[in-house]
Amino acid sequence: MIDKTVSTLEVAVAGIEDGATVMVGGFGTSGIPAALIDALIAQGARDLTVVNNNAGNGDHGLAALLAARRVRKIVCSFPRQVDSWVFDGLWRAGAIELELVPQGTLAERIRAAGAGIGAFFTPTAVGTELGAGKETRLIDGREHVLEHALRADYALIRADRADRWGNLVYRKAARNFGPIMAAAAACTIVEVREIVPLGALDPEAVVTPGIYVKRVVMIPPERPSVASPQGAPRPWDGPAGAGVGAA
Amino acid sequence: MTVKRYSRDEMAAKVARDIAEGAYVNLGIGLPTLVANHLPRDREIVLHSENGILGMGPAPAAGHEDMDLINAGKQAVTLLAGGAYFHHADSFAMMRGGHIDVCVLGAFQVSVAGDLANWHTGAPDAIPAVGGAMDLATGAKRVYVMMEHLTKGGESKIVASLTYPPTALACVDRIYTDLAVLDVTPQGLRVRERAEGVSFDELERLTGVALKES
Repeated sequence: MIDKTVSTLEVAVAGIEDGATVMVGGFGTSGIPAALIDALIAQGARDLTVVNNNAGNGDHGLAALLAARRVRKIVCSFPRQVDSWVFDGLWRAGAIELELVPQGTLAERIRAAGAGIGAFFTPTAVGTELGAGKETRLIDGREHVLEHALRADYALIRADRADRWGNLVYRKAARNFGPIMAAAAACTIVEVREIVPLGALDPEAVVTPGIYVKRVVMIPPERPSVASPQGAPRPWDGPAGAGVGAA
Repeated sequence: MTVKRYSRDEMAAKVARDIAEGAYVNLGIGLPTLVANHLPRDREIVLHSENGILGMGPAPAAGHEDMDLINAGKQAVTLLAGGAYFHHADSFAMMRGGHIDVCVLGAFQVSVAGDLANWHTGAPDAIPAVGGAMDLATGAKRVYVMMEHLTKGGESKIVASLTYPPTALACVDRIYTDLAVLDVTPQGLRVRERAEGVSFDELERLTGVALKES
């Protein structure tokens, strides 16, 4: 029997190695897999390369992972935000490497990896700093730059509902990078609001088929949007001792 | 004669007036978001948001925000009847594949050739962030820029050649400023409209590049 569901966040993020490339879904905080990121902080993997559209907001989630100095390099399109002070400080101190990618090129590089495409030509970034030094080709009279597929060892994403085969549906615009990251990573780990019985998801509405998913963990909906202070019990950890500790 | 500069809302209304019934439109962060408030009610115009929304509606009433439904500026929005959600690669395929009819962007500078600079000042201590700017400028069928005509220091933001890092080359079709509306043409910049009290000669002097009268 296929059962991709796991009972705790600790099991969900088990085995993520130091030096791994980890894709993290979300656009700002919409669709950010906040519980999985907290679990990754607790798990302790370091020297990570993180792929996300942004570089963390406030002091929680991805920003907390950065603040814990677990990230060697971030690949993103828009690190600078009103509340990106953690990244800003690390970048100014030269303590984090940044690979800046136009957002559509980032999405397409991720999509390409999931589809087995090694690289592609695009006119985006031609004549700019972000296209400088890249192989170019004239296609139909227009200059294009060569962009390589972007794959990952792990993807951490958030969806709304899943079944035990790992079929996923998302909620509103929180879908964003989830489906393409799920396909681009060797091991895709998903936090969901609800796990439903096999057959309960409308097959016409499944967005990410389970073939792309390795592990699914349910995060009860009462999870607050901002992480609790370190060490404080959190409802999504389950009964004492049953879940992963944040501290 | 006193110059009557276009207000930000007047600029937005001029952009909105130029967007046709049935158009699929992406409004950039900042000044361009004002355009949404001025779209004619008798036209169906579909707003695209880069994070995977077509049919984006206005901000919800206070207390009804849903942070799974936000715009590119990460502010809560709504979905209109007929709207749809899709993933990021699809969303950018709409831009990069030439399916977006009009995008409206802010800018630091636009050159006579329609080169656009709007993503990075190039200052050594500035954290670079590009987002979807290059994809939009490169892929949309028509690129409209909204910006103040002059910098705070009085220098023209319309230039012979960019001094800021480019976003995309030869991409801008029309420029809406507080002083004028100009088309980028192979023959140079053509003035469509001037603010009250600004003569053609004065506009050309302030802009610092040769202009053509409409």
